[in-house]
Amino acid sequence: MTGTVEGFKRRTRRAITSQRQPTVTVLSCLLAAQDELGYLPDEAIEEIATYTGTTTNEVWGVASFYTNFRFTPPGEHAVEICWGPTCHLAGAPGILQSVLDLLGLSGEGETSDNRISLKYNTCLGACSQAPVASIDHQLVGRLSIETARGLVGKLKAPDATR
Amino acid sequence: MAAYQELRAQADQRWLGLISGDRPWIRVGTAMCGQAAGAVQVLAALRAELDKRGIDATIDEVGCLGICFAEPLVDIVKKRGSRLFFNNVTPEDVSRIIESYLVNDIVPDEGVIGYLGQNPVGDVPSLNKHPSMAKQERIALRNAGRIAPADIYQYIARGGYGGLNKALFEMQPADVIQEITDSGLRGRGGAAFPTGVKWSFLVRSPGPPKYILCNCEEGDPGAYNDKGILESDPHTLLEGILIAGYATGATNGFVFIRHGHDGPIDRTRHAIAQAYELGLLGQNILGSEFSFEIEVSLTGESYVAGEETALMDSIEGKRAMPRFRPPFPAAAGVWGKPSNINNVKTLAYAPEIILKGSQWFSSIGVNRSTGTAVLCLSGNIRYPGMYEVPMGITLGEVVNEIGGGVPGGKRLKLLQTGGPLGGVLGADSMGIHLDFEEMRDAGAILGSGGIIVADEDTCAVDLTRVLVAFCQYESCGKCFPCRLGMEQLLEIVERIAKCESEPGDLDLLRSVGETMEGTSLCGHGQLGFGPIRSALQHFEADFIAHIEEKRCPTGKCTGPMLSPKNTRPYAFDFVPAAPETTGERPRAEIRG
Ligand SMILES: Cc1cc2nc3c(=O)[nH]c(=O)nc-3n(C[C@H](O)[C@H](O)[C@H](O)COP(=O)(O)O)c2cc1C
Ligand code: FES
Repeated sequence: MTGTVEGFKRRTRRAITSQRQPTVTVLSCLLAAQDELGYLPDEAIEEIATYTGTTTNEVWGVASFYTNFRFTPPGEHAVEICWGPTCHLAGAPGILQSVLDLLGLSGEGETSDNRISLKYNTCLGACSQAPVASIDHQLVGRLSIETARGLVGKLKAPDATR
Repeated sequence: MAAYQELRAQADQRWLGLISGDRPWIRVGTAMCGQAAGAVQVLAALRAELDKRGIDATIDEVGCLGICFAEPLVDIVKKRGSRLFFNNVTPEDVSRIIESYLVNDIVPDEGVIGYLGQNPVGDVPSLNKHPSMAKQERIALRNAGRIAPADIYQYIARGGYGGLNKALFEMQPADVIQEITDSGLRGRGGAAFPTGVKWSFLVRSPGPPKYILCNCEEGDPGAYNDKGILESDPHTLLEGILIAGYATGATNGFVFIRHGHDGPIDRTRHAIAQAYELGLLGQNILGSEFSFEIEVSLTGESYVAGEETALMDSIEGKRAMPRFRPPFPAAAGVWGKPSNINNVKTLAYAPEIILKGSQWFSSIGVNRSTGTAVLCLSGNIRYPGMYEVPMGITLGEVVNEIGGGVPGGKRLKLLQTGGPLGGVLGADSMGIHLDFEEMRDAGAILGSGGIIVADEDTCAVDLTRVLVAFCQYESCGKCFPCRLGMEQLLEIVERIAKCESEPGDLDLLRSVGETMEGTSLCGHGQLGFGPIRSALQHFEADFIAHIEEKRCPTGKCTGPMLSPKNTRPYAFDFVPAAPETTGERPRAEIRG
């Protein structure tokens, strides 16, 4: 990942100039930039303000509203666990708690080695398979505490190639 | 006229090729529900197995047939022409299924749920006789799980774009509106407003441009039917939008989807591209005078973005905060231009209503609730899934027949309907009919069609706490009754759940809730007390046990209370600074 100021600006510019839909807005630029960079560094916000002809303050205003945007680098792996009512009835609290324990976290956030980002999701849209999680953007349903710990544990184990 | 007939002829020929079974036709349900059950892995195993054996077959990814409990669901059409369905398939099952059914022509004894089609397959029962299928009447879901959403010809072969063709060449725009009005169709996004009447508002507004906005924000936990339609049959929505556009004189359509739901987004975008290729979008559609553009508009995570005026701000790229009304969208909508907003399901009905007539549609259903309801049944239920049933059947039929009842010999405790702003009903609600008015009078709403079933082990306080936590988390922060009220409601409900309540807490809840109801800007705050009110109405005893006896009868409330807190900085934290760049105020730029 190019973490330099210039790298961020260039990649943001490329992402926001190659959007698929004809209508381009501050929000669509933010989504495109985060898809590219994984989060929104200051440089992305500035580049979007310049491109859309508005202020960084306005861009921050939009970015801070939607809960999918983040402003610090994400962990290498993304784990989202649904806490929606269906998943709640199916045992989500127990799964959440055991994953938090496994990762040494007390809520949403990154593990200390920045390997895993944990996020709560209000509904992953597969309620019929509750409880549901999303692991690196792949949905997994019909979870138990054991399968959830197994899946997350696999991400945790340091892989041999590194 | 000719343009459509030509497409139809091509489509029919392709369809005949598929169903002839000369090559086996294998369909795998890979909508989000299928994916969560492991369909992606099953699909990969299937491809590898066919490759290994050198079997030449057509494999299509389809959406959701609705029987999500049976997923991953795979079906195979062979020479006999009927679809044989294999349920709960694992990658390990694949080789056995191929060996047995494709190679040796033997129907396996296990793992087969039924067949669909003219000719029976062995002594397998018809899938239409399965309790989850028997009472369905599929209009919006007519193609779901049946056609490949990626293949526009499959949609056309099933009569797709025939409604649009009829509207364009046999009807005036006013006739189309009359037909929709006569059908009694009402909005399926929550408010149940008559669709024909809504469209007629837009007709009277000046244009171009005029916009048709399709709302697939679908933030309601427990409902995935809008996403399900986009993943299963995106063309039915596009055709519905086109019909609405023709009827109202609109020029552009936006399909509004939450970022991150890749299945619905990709399938809709692909469908749009195909429709442009075949002249079903763009200039002079099907050779008529009518031109129309559609694009997908992505939003970030925000429940309130589904509220119609917040949706317009989100399309413009701003914070999704509701606007004051009036002006109403038909007068000044997105970018200040006349706009019409409908839910996915509402628009998905339009093609069939135009094709088959308003009489046909209004003959289904009861009273002022005509047509069908598309439901997502989940929770403590034997057959969770996405079902389409005629309006007017009872909740008992939905839960006990289609849903197969509560599993494990447990008793039903409650139903949560209409999303987090809806309400709960008790086990005594089984006689209530699916009817907008009857549901509302019972203190719940049909809303977007989510029905969450909870068994006797459920604590009403615990479930209410989760719903209120959701509403607090999702408050957009624009108006203070909702922003502060939700915080208060959550604090009090959490206190009750922890058995730490203070005297007068129930009165305090009611007083805060009623203030929010009367003074909030949008439905989020106005309806946000609904879950608590209905829970108190039906399950006051649960609350009293926590408050007076200081105990949770089910023990559910002793567990961890994990939910994220609302972190949206309030609007007033952002003092607009002096422009740093060109000095132009923000305005979405429309390219091309
Ligand atoms: C907080 C809030 C969230 C809403 N979310 C949705 C939604 O996700 N999808 C939807 O179709 N309607 C939603 N609505 C209702 C819309 O405001 C609007 O009534 C609806 O999209 C109109 O379409 P219809 O006439 O086809 O029902 C929401 C309303 C409120 C107050
Ligand atoms: S409630 Fe968990 S996926 Fe919908």
